[in-house]
Amino acid sequence: MFDPGLLNYWIIMILMMTGLYTVIAKGNLIKKIIGLGIFQVSVIMFFVSMGKVRGGTAPIAGEGFEVFSNPVPHVLMLTAIVVAVATLAFALALVVRIKEEYDTIEEDEIRELEAGEEG
Amino acid sequence: MIDILHIILFVFLVAIGIAIIRLRDLFAAVMLAGIFSLLSATLFTVMDAVDVAFTEAAVGAGISTLLMLATLSVTSSEEKPTANRRQALIGLIVVTFTGAALIYGTLDMPSYGDPDAPIHHHMAPRFIEDSPEEIGIPNQVTSVLASYRGYDTWGETTVILAAAIGVMLLFATPVVSRRREEELLAPGEGSG
Repeated sequence: MFDPGLLNYWIIMILMMTGLYTVIAKGNLIKKIIGLGIFQVSVIMFFVSMGKVRGGTAPIAGEGFEVFSNPVPHVLMLTAIVVAVATLAFALALVVRIKEEYDTIEEDEIRELEAGEEG
Repeated sequence: MIDILHIILFVFLVAIGIAIIRLRDLFAAVMLAGIFSLLSATLFTVMDAVDVAFTEAAVGAGISTLLMLATLSVTSSEEKPTANRRQALIGLIVVTFTGAALIYGTLDMPSYGDPDAPIHHHMAPRFIEDSPEEIGIPNQVTSVLASYRGYDTWGETTVILAAAIGVMLLFATPVVSRRREEELLAPGEGSG
């Protein structure tokens, strides 16, 4: 059962999973944050693609345009993009502080240092 | 249906995603992340979301890349080569199952661009038909953002304020490192 109309969503899911894999498998904190960013953009893409109407145009009223894409997902995703950059700034600030404290941004090295402190 | 432009852009996006996973040079990875944002902005334009597209191009490709580069300049720009097979395997398993579940979830969704989809028949018709008269500006996204759903934008500015306060708290106070403090208190013993 292959519906070409769903192909869009499936490719977006693959993109999303690329981001999730980076977050799980990579030990470098900046790499993890980049992965999180890819995941966020994919989610935004998913919402925007749900709002698309075939034959529609961008939701700006004008002479001679009748069919518009759905403006509601666009609005919600605008908010999401700006919130994403706020969280990104905070995450990067945490990375800089971790670098100052532990002198590394690799997850396993931080774990080793923590374990060494306790033992 | 899905046209050829979508396919080309998606192929590029997936290739960049895989390249980011493989690359160990963080500078290159950050640059690729910027290109990823820019390409997705193109894709948003194709999908009629012009407001989302220019926000993504300005914020995602501009400010995010700038912040990442600033972070790289005070940390390291090279990822340590790791041979952590177990973590990669766990990641692959989790990603396969999550991806399969998500794709299974899309199977009963309306196909791309379907004008009969339920999402297009609840709030959107009212915004599209009435907002140019009610609010007085032709761009319906702006009307919804600033007027009908103004509380969302208010919440968004609260989040930005909270993030800004958090960043300032992290940097403003010259916190003496816990590790270094111990070294100062107990010289010679080391911190282990």
